[in-house]
Amino acid sequence: MSNEHYVVEVNDLCKSFNQHKAVKNLSLKIRQGEIFGFLGPNGSGKTTTIRMMCGLLTPDSGSGNCLGFDIIKQQDEIKHHIGYMTQKFSYWEDLTIRQNLDFVARLYQIKNKKVIIDQTLEDLQLAARANQLAGTLSGGWKQRLALAASMIHQPKLIFLDEPTAGVDPTARRAFWEELHRLASMNVSILVSTHYMDEAERCHKLAYISQGSLLCQGTAEELIKQKNLSTWRIIGENLVKLASQLEKYAGIEQVAVFGTSLHVSGTDNLILNEIMTYAVISQGYRAEKIDTSLEDVFINLMKMPGNKVEFNEKI
Amino acid sequence: MKKFSIARLWGIIVKEFLQIRRDRMTLGMIAVLPIVQLTLFGFAINTDPKNLKTIVISTENSEFTRSFISAAINTGYFNIIQTNASELEAENALKTGNAQFVINIPVNFTESLLRKQQPTILVEVDATDPTTISNALSALNQITQNSLKNDLYKTLHNRSINQQSFFQINFHKKYNPEGITQYNIIPGLMGVIMSMTMVMMTSLSLTRERERGTLENLLAMPTQSAEVICGKVIPYILVGIIQCTLIIVFIKIMFSLPFEGSIFLVYMVAVLLFIANLFVGIAISILAKNQLQAMQMTFFYFLPSILLSGFMFPFSAMPVWAQNIGNLLPLTHFNRIIRGVILKGNVLSEVLPSIWPLILFQFAMLMVALMLYKKTID
Repeated sequence: MSNEHYVVEVNDLCKSFNQHKAVKNLSLKIRQGEIFGFLGPNGSGKTTTIRMMCGLLTPDSGSGNCLGFDIIKQQDEIKHHIGYMTQKFSYWEDLTIRQNLDFVARLYQIKNKKVIIDQTLEDLQLAARANQLAGTLSGGWKQRLALAASMIHQPKLIFLDEPTAGVDPTARRAFWEELHRLASMNVSILVSTHYMDEAERCHKLAYISQGSLLCQGTAEELIKQKNLSTWRIIGENLVKLASQLEKYAGIEQVAVFGTSLHVSGTDNLILNEIMTYAVISQGYRAEKIDTSLEDVFINLMKMPGNKVEFNEKI
Repeated sequence: MKKFSIARLWGIIVKEFLQIRRDRMTLGMIAVLPIVQLTLFGFAINTDPKNLKTIVISTENSEFTRSFISAAINTGYFNIIQTNASELEAENALKTGNAQFVINIPVNFTESLLRKQQPTILVEVDATDPTTISNALSALNQITQNSLKNDLYKTLHNRSINQQSFFQINFHKKYNPEGITQYNIIPGLMGVIMSMTMVMMTSLSLTRERERGTLENLLAMPTQSAEVICGKVIPYILVGIIQCTLIIVFIKIMFSLPFEGSIFLVYMVAVLLFIANLFVGIAISILAKNQLQAMQMTFFYFLPSILLSGFMFPFSAMPVWAQNIGNLLPLTHFNRIIRGVILKGNVLSEVLPSIWPLILFQFAMLMVALMLYKKTID
């Protein structure tokens, strides 16, 4: 497969609910075999966008296609060929694990259903609990069941809406290993998340705020494109210092990271001056560090609605 | 800590009010439903049915027969729909429910009357619903006492006026001769119970999926509207058949209903009724945003079904507009069929006029459900 092959390509998607614009002129492209991270604060329009792409919502305007199917005219075809894992566990809690898988397999008209279900249960290490009600599973297991069920028809493209919310770190790690395994088999994945460590595991990222896509690209591209200088400050009474620093022009963000303070701004000269005269002079230790993805996202979150054009090379 | 706290109580009251206020649709229904229902049923329900459909069999047309018939009409209870019917026509009309009374004026009525032989008029009554006919019957008895007196005085020139009455009426109550109310109520109740269960079961089916969040998943998978709707309805047809069997067996054992007609026909009609109601339930379930709304809509559908279908109050006593509403409801047709089959021994051909509306209703409801069902969550 050519690397230029896009499995998802949407342009200028808009969607409003009761005059509230949930998604504004959103365009994005996902390559085959790519793990595409979809980031943004709660209520920024991530779920709405995903629903439009998988044929569950009709956009007010805009166009696009998923796996070559039109997202407005061929919603049925899309549903047949993609996998979608909803934000909230949406399998039937009053059915057993096996019954859930069986139901889903029938809806997708899977041949040799029994073999595939047995295999899925085996892979999930749920074979012993196949007859347990899905509602009795813990969060991590529910999420694994949901992933397995939404993958049962072996789709080439899956949409995962905050799949790891409320799941413990070990289970999250296992989940991401599974995603990378799928990606290596040329499955394309769009995953929305709030976790920075997960964002770093994605091949490509997009950041959405108040319905608008602020930027997209690889982690490095995003960091480079924001062009932030970041300083780390170590010392006593960081919270008090933080509130002082926030007042300076030229400092765009101050964030407490445990025992240190991250201060970022676009103009390194000004930052340098502030550090010298207002920070180090007070006895703090300050050093310039590489801007991390997290600094970039905190910065993006602090300027809502401020759209930064990212020059798409893709 | 265990003390009852007014502050906490108030906290709960406030929260409940906030939640009640949130669901505008439910609030609207709370306001609108009573008004609609009071207007509807207040004007529609009448326990003293007038204008009952009556057929007259008469071979002669004398001033006495005319006078008798107009006296009957003047009571307001009788609506003569045919005056020179044959015995067979009249019997059929009675059996199919097209007429409730057949007044059979015997041959040579006038002659016997003038000879003071006290001729007998035969009145055949469909007595399946004893309450419908009781007032009409006593009105007819009154006529026996008073009518024709004037005519006879004139004709007979006041001779022998000591006679109490000049003719007799012989009532022949058919289908439920003892006037047992149960015979009328129980077949109707069967339909009421089945409608209620079926509508309630399906009206919650999709709203439950919606409330639990499983609907989004169902919609995200490749399913067609007809698959979802039929797939949700068909299991309940089986449930309905089991329920129907239970009801029939119970009726036979507990109330020893006559069961004049075929049990198979009863089953068939019962299945038609379920399906109609299952589709109503599914349509409600698609419309309602939550289970509370679904319940409200169910009752909104259900109340006219009980009150305007002829189950609780005589259908013929309702004004025409209310009868028209009643005719839109499957239970009305079911009631007619089931009483006809169980009490009158109606066969398929006789109940056909009430069967096609049931099928039409089903079809219309299925169409409504299919039209309302959306494959997206827009």
